[in-house]
Amino acid sequence: MALTGLEIYKLLPKTNCKDCGFPTCLAFAMKLAAKQAELAACPDVSEDAKAALESAAAPPVRLITIGADEYKIEVGNETELYRHNKAFFHMPGLLVRVRDIQPLAEVEELVSQVDSYAVDYVGMVLNLDGIAVESASGDGAKFAEYVKVACANTKRPLLLMADDPEVMKAGLAEVEGSTPLIYAARADNWQAMAELAKEHSAPLAVYAEGLEPLVELVKEVKESGVEDIVLDPGTRDFHGSLNVLTEIRRLALEAKPDRLLGYPVVAFPGESTESLAEESMLAGQHIAKYAGFIVMDHFDPAVAYPLLALRQNIYTDPRQPVQVTPGIYEINEPGPNDQLMITTNFSITYFSVANEVEGTGMPAWLLIADSEGLSVLTGWAAGKFDADKIATTVKTSGIAEKVSHRKLTIPGAVSVLSGELEDELGGWEILVGPREAVDIPAFMKLWKE
Amino acid sequence: MRHHPLQYCGCVAIGDTEGDKTNLEGVAVMPVAVETPKKEWTGQVREVVLGATEAEGGTRSKTVTVGGESTLPFLDFEAPMPNPPRIAVEIQDRKPSDWSSVLLTVWGQVLDDPAAWAKAVEELDVDLLVLKINLTDADGNETTAEQARASVRKVLDATGLPLIVFGPGQTELDIDLLVAVAEEAAGERVVLGVCDDKNYKTIVAAALAHGHLVNGRTAMDVNLAKQLNILISDMGLPLDRVIMDPTTAALGYGVEYGYSAMERLRLAALQGDGMTQQPMLVTPGEEAWRMKEAKVGEDVPQAWGDWEERAITWETLTATTLIHSGADIVVLRHPESVRRVEDLISRLWNKGD
Repeated sequence: MALTGLEIYKLLPKTNCKDCGFPTCLAFAMKLAAKQAELAACPDVSEDAKAALESAAAPPVRLITIGADEYKIEVGNETELYRHNKAFFHMPGLLVRVRDIQPLAEVEELVSQVDSYAVDYVGMVLNLDGIAVESASGDGAKFAEYVKVACANTKRPLLLMADDPEVMKAGLAEVEGSTPLIYAARADNWQAMAELAKEHSAPLAVYAEGLEPLVELVKEVKESGVEDIVLDPGTRDFHGSLNVLTEIRRLALEAKPDRLLGYPVVAFPGESTESLAEESMLAGQHIAKYAGFIVMDHFDPAVAYPLLALRQNIYTDPRQPVQVTPGIYEINEPGPNDQLMITTNFSITYFSVANEVEGTGMPAWLLIADSEGLSVLTGWAAGKFDADKIATTVKTSGIAEKVSHRKLTIPGAVSVLSGELEDELGGWEILVGPREAVDIPAFMKLWKE
Repeated sequence: MRHHPLQYCGCVAIGDTEGDKTNLEGVAVMPVAVETPKKEWTGQVREVVLGATEAEGGTRSKTVTVGGESTLPFLDFEAPMPNPPRIAVEIQDRKPSDWSSVLLTVWGQVLDDPAAWAKAVEELDVDLLVLKINLTDADGNETTAEQARASVRKVLDATGLPLIVFGPGQTELDIDLLVAVAEEAAGERVVLGVCDDKNYKTIVAAALAHGHLVNGRTAMDVNLAKQLNILISDMGLPLDRVIMDPTTAALGYGVEYGYSAMERLRLAALQGDGMTQQPMLVTPGEEAWRMKEAKVGEDVPQAWGDWEERAITWETLTATTLIHSGADIVVLRHPESVRRVEDLISRLWNKGD
């Protein structure tokens, strides 16, 4: 958390020596707060002050990376309580857990399914991020075997779960070329776990029930030399998770207590729930409210897709509407006699419409107006997709030279514009299309030039 | 059911003084105090009561109170939440022509009769009923005021649930139909919707004349929502009879816009802005079931998985997200979604003791 000028001033030597180029230490402090000066310009700054100022400049939630290469996931570096204030920056990792007491062949199959799961969403390919392997047997050799199978079936990052440091050690030995997350250091094993984390340069999850014991344990782990830490406050249920994760995010942003909670949180929505339905809703909460890693106990495409879409939505940067370039889009190689539709450049609108049109196999022209990234109704309400805008788009796009007819289909949601548009676009006939993209194929079949 | 391995106790002891704690090596460790990070909110959401029992001049079997929050949803470490979010189930005045076959199949025969449909909803043990009046009747003719009146009468007679009535969403027709509905349901404290910046004068007048509430809808924008509340209030309708509907979008189709608009509205309310302190109603059911992911089962990518499970998850995750950003009433469509979201609310409401 950034310090104010006065807070910085308290850390300076207060000699007013002017060597920094400013008349007083206070003036220098104000410049530092405004990031218009460098601390190095002060000849007498103490080591303590330097450390305090450096730490204040660090992000409130530490960035944690696991995995390697294109499969690595980064979480943390968050600066906000609410996405509308700026944005949420690093999407939580979504992992699926396997246990070393499940049949090995089943685990192998599940790991491959999770690894290869890919779903297309508005032109992006969304994937799950990795696998958590848990030692439920307590047997190091067994754990190692399952970790090995997981590694053989995915290059995505692993989260290794074991209470016994010896078991963890056996599992870690099987991970090559990728950094796992070690889960977890507890009050009774943290020294050995911390040693393993240092030895493997891997982040370490710290588990304690309740915030105060957690803070105390984090402090010890940190003092032992582990810097990359992930928190598990031990809460699992809907109500407790929402409260505790909110408290942790607030405390991290306030840099309290002494930045000991400034780390991403790992959540296990399957542990307090009794069905995939409940687990998916709790995972939904974790996506919106502050988890860094989410470990699911089930894999089902019918649930994975909605969760991945939700994650994408919540982590969309609200400062930059997701949009496509306005202009003429040719779908299925249209000719001059083929139908023409117009919609907005909000990317979700564009992809919904384009996918439906493409799916029909029928050629069509899609004209995309610059609604500044707003959807049809929102764009209309905001004056970014009104009759004027549509008429201007038709006139300036050059579409009149590409089609021989003069029929323009507008979205059903703005059917009220058709009269006004016929006035503004002399010679054009305005057709009213369906309200929803899903009804476009039926509508397109009615096309007569 | 209640086997949560670890419950959140809500309190964090500060400055534990019962002797030194020691770590495993016997070295004294100073306990670290963690101060509960409470915000000082100055505002509170208004409580709104839906429905009227016989004692209050209506015929409903119960009333439902929403709103009253003085913190963000379920943050009990900061302040208690006086009323949980409520589920309303949407029925229509005739069999919907554009619903997914998943919904048509699950509701079955009751779709042809709003009274039977309303009874089926009441059996789900939910709190509220939404009756949506269609633009046209089953024969394709524009719905008349008499038809709307008759539908509302049937539904009021069939159930004791407090009622919310939505018009077809076409300004002029909505005015005709909702005025008739308001008359027919006089004294029932029905919520009249959709009340927007074009029709609010007539709808608010009808609410004033017949003892109803309004649902003010605006397009995912804090200032528009606030402005409409001001306009409604200026007409003399007390704000404890106003619900606001900031509009939402479905998961995958801009739910984050609605989510953030609601979060901003709720923060404005808590920070003391009196014209944003209305309980919020949103329609995740309608939004989710319009989308291909819920509506369509054929010719979709294999990665979308089982149709019915995906469709229900689409609806429940949309609702889950909105409940976490301050929804006081969520309007749903599928009975299984209702069951799941009820479970969600009871688990969020459960204080873990």
